[in-house]
Amino acid sequence: MKSLGSFRRKFAPWNDPEAKPFIAIENVTKKFADFTAVDDLSLNIYNREFFALLGASGCGKSTLLRMLAGFEEPTAGRILLDGQDMRGIPPYKRPVNMMFQSYALFPHMTVEGNIAFGLKQDGMQKGDIEARVGEMLKLVKLERFAKRKPHQLSGGQRQRVALARAVAKRPKVLLLDEPLGALDKKLREETQFELMDLQMKLGLTFVVVTHDQEEAMTMADRIAVMDKGKVMQVATPAEVYEAPNSKFVADFIGNVNMFEGTAAAVANGKIDIAVEPENFTIRTDALKSCAVGQPVGFAIRPEKIRISRKQPADPSINSAHGEMWDIAYFGDMTVFHVKLESGRIIKAASLNAVRTVEDPLGYDDMVWVNFDTDAGIVLTS
Amino acid sequence: MQKFIASVASRLVIAVPYFWLLIFFLIPFIIVFKISLSEVAMSIPPYAPAFDLSAGWQGLKDSFGQFSWDNYIWLVEDPLYYKAYLSSLLIAAVSTVLTLIVGYPIAYGMARAPATIRPTLLMLVILPFWTSFLIRVYAWIGILKPEGLLNQFLMWAHVIDTPLNILNTNTAIFIGIVYSYLPFLILPIYSALEKMDYSLVEAAEDLGCPPILAFWKITFRLSMPGVIAGCFLVFIPAVGEFVIPDLLGGSQTLMIGKTLWSEFFSNRDWPVSSAVAVVLLLLLIVPIVLFQRAEARAQESEK
Repeated sequence: MKSLGSFRRKFAPWNDPEAKPFIAIENVTKKFADFTAVDDLSLNIYNREFFALLGASGCGKSTLLRMLAGFEEPTAGRILLDGQDMRGIPPYKRPVNMMFQSYALFPHMTVEGNIAFGLKQDGMQKGDIEARVGEMLKLVKLERFAKRKPHQLSGGQRQRVALARAVAKRPKVLLLDEPLGALDKKLREETQFELMDLQMKLGLTFVVVTHDQEEAMTMADRIAVMDKGKVMQVATPAEVYEAPNSKFVADFIGNVNMFEGTAAAVANGKIDIAVEPENFTIRTDALKSCAVGQPVGFAIRPEKIRISRKQPADPSINSAHGEMWDIAYFGDMTVFHVKLESGRIIKAASLNAVRTVEDPLGYDDMVWVNFDTDAGIVLTS
Repeated sequence: MQKFIASVASRLVIAVPYFWLLIFFLIPFIIVFKISLSEVAMSIPPYAPAFDLSAGWQGLKDSFGQFSWDNYIWLVEDPLYYKAYLSSLLIAAVSTVLTLIVGYPIAYGMARAPATIRPTLLMLVILPFWTSFLIRVYAWIGILKPEGLLNQFLMWAHVIDTPLNILNTNTAIFIGIVYSYLPFLILPIYSALEKMDYSLVEAAEDLGCPPILAFWKITFRLSMPGVIAGCFLVFIPAVGEFVIPDLLGGSQTLMIGKTLWSEFFSNRDWPVSSAVAVVLLLLLIVPIVLFQRAEARAQESEK
């Protein structure tokens, strides 16, 4: 059986109708004066899930996270954590800890002092605190830096202190606000895997807010794509990428070629789309109920488009003639921009799997872009 | 050549403030110190020995020989002086604490106000400086006197039946000092609080700290440099304050500034009043220097 993309682990409580959500966000609305930051939003997050809230700035993802932490109260709706209604429970009484975007390390305390801070508030025994702090330092590999102050650490080390401090109290849920935002690219990639390891090891539920889709795709079990205070789609990274449910999600995640048209023929559940303004027909085998003449969109990822010098002989393959307009070479892959006769630019990506190519494509070459009937997504919203 | 000019120029820039301190602080201090070692004399100036350059080198040497510590011994022997010192320190300390109690919430409120109205609030704090200090202290007489505005208001509101006797008491001095020095305390605390990242407080609350404790452990702790600077700015001038105790305080109020004034103008005893001034300066400078050293060492160890 075919499935979408790759999957990391056999963990999918959201497909189990029996499974109880660990965090249930029920019709939550948050208004600031006349601005609605979160708009009648409902979400279920399961125990031990690595959940990402993904969206552009101002989409309400941070507000949602702050409501989970208790810094904001919902204007309407409710949040249940492990079955308990969180309304009116202040941040310092919630079994939830947060890792702040700025890390918010206490500058007047050492690394140890920062990690021990939350434990002291709980009135833990001194010996137990020391043991737990040692354990946390080991977990984030900062044993040698226990006595340092935050300003004596590098960005990556500070990030790890913030993480250790937030998990030291063994919260039921760890909230992470742009956890890797302040790190450089290389460190970010390493840290992503460290975070995933840590989440597995501790068996915690992670809710991470990010605007970086690569980060969300790499780390999360599921992603909620947000826009204007609403959730547009909640799905696994592969589903969000390969089967977006709307033009917004298709466009927001990754690169995409987007066509607008109308359903020209619907037969055996397969839809042919007449594309404006080129007047050509894209044949798809998308299984979507849709009336003839209904406006539909068609989204196709660049890596699913091939480029050839000759038109493919198989008439079932979609193809269009165009001129090589731009070539973006990234090393690992190349993105070709082909200009169709209508003026539309089609992006096609190909992996540079071999080092040498005979007769490479160049500027101004006349080429055919072509793709299979199952390569793209038909979008009705 | 250009390098030479640049180095001379940079030295000059550094030299200017030192030169300023030399002319307007060190030299006057030496003159005051010299007078404090002299004796009262019915002459102009009213002390002896006075340097007389016409007497030549030998004359100068002779006058050095006449210096004595008698005035300092006198300060220790007469209880009036150390009582005045102690009472000044006490009044200044109490006023500083009161100013902190009034000023900290104001500074905190300003720092947490929306960024758009902060400049206006800052302006309001600085605004009283546009009126003369002396006039503002005089105005308090009008407010505090038995038939003044405060008593009239309280009696009109039926809070009291007989006027409160505030003017010419230590209470009036406290009110005067708190009012006059409030901006000096608010500004450094405000600037410390304004720089603080509020997410630190949220982090503390997130880690299980109730708001009041989070304020104490994070906000107040991180504003300490501002609090210390502000307290010094109030305490030091308050110890030597003269105008406020003279106008608002009673005749029984003992403050060193007033003592110094009467030694100088009423008794025309320049040497003793100079000795009073030198001791006052040492009393304030020595602890401050020690404190700053300790601070610097603490900061050094943090690095």
